[in-house]
Amino acid sequence: MKEKLKYERPIITKINAGVTDKFGMRAKMPVISEIDGIPVKELINKYGSPSFILSEQTIRKTYNDAKRAFTTRYPNVQFAWSYKTNYMNAVCKIFHSEGSWAEVVSGFEYDKAISNGVPGNKIIFNGPDKSKEDLQKATNNGSYIHIDHFDELYDLLSIAETSEKRPKVAIRVNMDTGIFPQWDRFGFNYENGEAWNALNRIMMSKKLDLIGLHTHIGTYMMTPAPYGVAASKLAELAVRLERKFNHKIKYIDMGGGFASKNTLKGAYLPGKDTCPTFDQYAEAISNALINSELDPNEMPTLFLETGRALIDDAGYITGSVLANKRLADGRRSMIIDTGVNMLFTSFWYEHEIYPAKEVSSHSEDTTIYGPLCMNIDVIRSVIKFPLLQKGDHYVIKRIGAYNMTQWMQFITLRPKIILVDPEGKTHIIRENETNESLTSLEVIPEHLK
Amino acid sequence: MKLKKNIAVSETGFLFDPNSGESFSLNETGKKILQFLKEEKSENQISEWFVKNYEVDQATFENNFNDFITVLQNFRITE
Repeated sequence: MKEKLKYERPIITKINAGVTDKFGMRAKMPVISEIDGIPVKELINKYGSPSFILSEQTIRKTYNDAKRAFTTRYPNVQFAWSYKTNYMNAVCKIFHSEGSWAEVVSGFEYDKAISNGVPGNKIIFNGPDKSKEDLQKATNNGSYIHIDHFDELYDLLSIAETSEKRPKVAIRVNMDTGIFPQWDRFGFNYENGEAWNALNRIMMSKKLDLIGLHTHIGTYMMTPAPYGVAASKLAELAVRLERKFNHKIKYIDMGGGFASKNTLKGAYLPGKDTCPTFDQYAEAISNALINSELDPNEMPTLFLETGRALIDDAGYITGSVLANKRLADGRRSMIIDTGVNMLFTSFWYEHEIYPAKEVSSHSEDTTIYGPLCMNIDVIRSVIKFPLLQKGDHYVIKRIGAYNMTQWMQFITLRPKIILVDPEGKTHIIRENETNESLTSLEVIPEHLK
Repeated sequence: MKLKKNIAVSETGFLFDPNSGESFSLNETGKKILQFLKEEKSENQISEWFVKNYEVDQATFENNFNDFITVLQNFRITE
């Protein structure tokens, strides 16, 4: 029998003669047919569609790249894993096994870090919401408490009066680093003297151990220079403390905010071309600290709470096309089984999405929608996309940061999260939700039963 | 379904519409359908031929064919 020809959906595209841009056009979209050597088809058959996939190998490699960038430039460096970026226990344990401390921003995250086996004195407690119970617990455990506001400072002072242990504290400092928008909601302001005032109050109280200074200047910082400005300002505060109180702080914490290679909506160039390298961030921060007036014989430890840049590249979503249809103006729309409910970052990124099997060089202007019955459920509003059919598989790249913490149960149930270990074995690290697991928290009043 | 007169399709899938002056490109299956439409073959004949010669089932092809015709209409290539 004659072998049948490979089929591709018929397509006609208009040729627009015009001025070409300087980037030219990629003739053919790349394909992601496997993740860490495991075929996408196999992952979907085994774990369902869609699924979140994490590469342990990529997490470890990215962490070590970042660590190398800083430790080759500065004597004492300590990373603390930003729990809010991805607090799947397996992910946290990978970072802890590499030597990362935990950086948490709520009582819930604090308890998660403790249950992950992180010693209390290796937890950095940030965030504006710390209850008195949280603060008491953190004090007892010797955790590093980063004070966000004066109300918290007074809570700590009252805890210190009755507590056997002295709270170990740092203040969070916000400042003008030359960027817009300037973040001023976390901590005490540098320029108006509030930060210096808070430090004075802490030192005068003699009830708290002031051990560090912290800042978190922004998010998705596309240039390293502001980190240099911030590091100089924190170093200046440290020097003033030493001069006035003869008190040396133990560390300077530069927070997080390093960009990942994802492309922000509205950006002219792709994120992978514009994202600074770890070396560039490290250069800016280390230079500022080394060139400051800090005592070169007792340089404070440099803490980093980088989240996004360490985990984004390790995450993928594998899924299937649900349908293709035409919009009123003739444009193609493609519906996939990943919606904004589980890909929260699609609100600010133009996520990279690729077919999972070989495609021809033909593509169409396409809008990619998620499966939700909501108009806002758009994964890519305009993309030249190959002619995938219903049931074909796709892979969305760089989704490791924030999605597995900010996702929401809405309309559909959340899928499994799979970890691919360095030997290429797969592990379920979070089961998919079921109707039962979801409704188990609901209570029906007697009169409605 | 009739194509407009004078529509020219090259062997490589380049389509020129002299009525509007616009040019289009077709993939292999699109080019084949245009050829059949020019020969005024029916939808059933086209579908049968594709199912026989390509790795595609009838439902998928018909769905794709109808979509393709909608696009041809949008581009005003059909009468």
